[in-house]
Amino acid sequence: MKLRRTLAAGLMAGATLLAGCGIEPWVKPYERERLADPIMKFTRDPLADKHREHVFDVREAAHGATGVQGGGCGCN
Amino acid sequence: MCARPPTAQPACREAAVAATRLWRALAALGSPAARRLLLIAARCVRALFATDDRPACADAARLAGLVGGVLAAAGAKGADLPEDRADTMFHLYDGGGVTALGPAVLIRKSLFDRVSLTGSYFVDIVSNASIDVVTTASPYHETRKEAGLGLDYVYHDATISLSGTHSKEPDYTADSTSVDVTQDVFGGMTTVSIGYTRGWDTVGKHGSPTFSASANHWQYRLGATQVLTPRWLMSLNLESVSDQGYLQSPYRVARLFGAAIPERDPSTRTGRAALVRVVGDIGSRGAVRVQYRYFWDTWDISAHTAELGYSRHLGERWLVDAYFRYYKQNHALFYGDNFTAERTYMSRNRQLSTFWDAGPGLKTSYSVGRYASRFDVKVNAAYQWLRFQYSDFTDIRNGKLYSFNASVLELQLSATY
Repeated sequence: MKLRRTLAAGLMAGATLLAGCGIEPWVKPYERERLADPIMKFTRDPLADKHREHVFDVREAAHGATGVQGGGCGCN
Repeated sequence: MCARPPTAQPACREAAVAATRLWRALAALGSPAARRLLLIAARCVRALFATDDRPACADAARLAGLVGGVLAAAGAKGADLPEDRADTMFHLYDGGGVTALGPAVLIRKSLFDRVSLTGSYFVDIVSNASIDVVTTASPYHETRKEAGLGLDYVYHDATISLSGTHSKEPDYTADSTSVDVTQDVFGGMTTVSIGYTRGWDTVGKHGSPTFSASANHWQYRLGATQVLTPRWLMSLNLESVSDQGYLQSPYRVARLFGAAIPERDPSTRTGRAALVRVVGDIGSRGAVRVQYRYFWDTWDISAHTAELGYSRHLGERWLVDAYFRYYKQNHALFYGDNFTAERTYMSRNRQLSTFWDAGPGLKTSYSVGRYASRFDVKVNAAYQWLRFQYSDFTDIRNGKLYSFNASVLELQLSATY
């Protein structure tokens, strides 16, 4: 319960700060050429990512937060 | 507002009232833009952390709130639809007596500049002679097929994604539906995302046509990707997963004084994961990638996953990724290699034991070229070697702690257009 309140308060405070102080983008669109390179993507091949995620999902207890969606299975 | 069950209603109402009060107090302090972001944040927090004991609470109302909140914050600049693509893949896993291989396809096509449709099909042909199977039953073969459909819709700076999957194997079916919303803010410097998945599983048992059990799943996601500098990106993702129902295997056994008894797992579980990722361009057409995930759940499991990678262009056509992944977890409260006393819950599922796995991987991508003036074709190959080492799971055939090596292979032909 305490953790929840701390996280919620932190998120609220962060959102307030970010939204309220009118931050200007410090990296301009014309400076983002390198960021558009495929090597800068967190996930590049959805099918291969899905397979890899499935391999670990059925063998490890931890899962989630990777952004890869998949159906459940009874394959462990 | 609360969809079900009746006992959850007071808690839902209480959470809603508390969140509304907090929202009003904070919103009085800020600008209209701040109020919109606060509204989104409040709804995300409520969705992510209100699932402990009542995972079914007010799903529909939450979804409507999440989507509505993000739409309200949409600016004037447009988000990009995902690139049209077609992929075919052959995949293979081989390790610990299990071989799973098969084809997979994915096709994505945009319509009317605002909508992108995706369809996928995944086949796992499994030959299972794992240590669980060979020590308690007979090796078997079976096929799992999974179909998925998705729709992405761009509205100003927001992308709304709806998707569903259906997975079927002889003794297990699983269905899921998801909704995800991403929103670019601060001139594209930050991308926030929220999402929800609902899953329904039906568990069967070979040789027992009357056996049928169900399991339900609820997943809530929250994420943000931030441009740090012209060369560095960072992302943070949080996810809460609640499971309820038949969460064990009808085949697996625990050991009590060396004798096999059916395993007994709790019928509820809530796990949470936090993942942080950083990727940076370090020059020479190369980038480094570091990621770490911490997972913890109500079965007293905690796990660490770390991955370090390096990607580099070689010439005009080659792209190479080298990476190393490490994973470690401790066992669940009710896990035991060989129990010496009867307990309410008892499991010898090695997925719930104390173990680590680790290994290096290599992925190469070769750009074949452009065909018919519109199809950019690539061939990808990825291989990962893994070592699994268990600390409290014994191979009862020889009395030693169990370990095995595994290989993961993906061969892929892709076209973007």
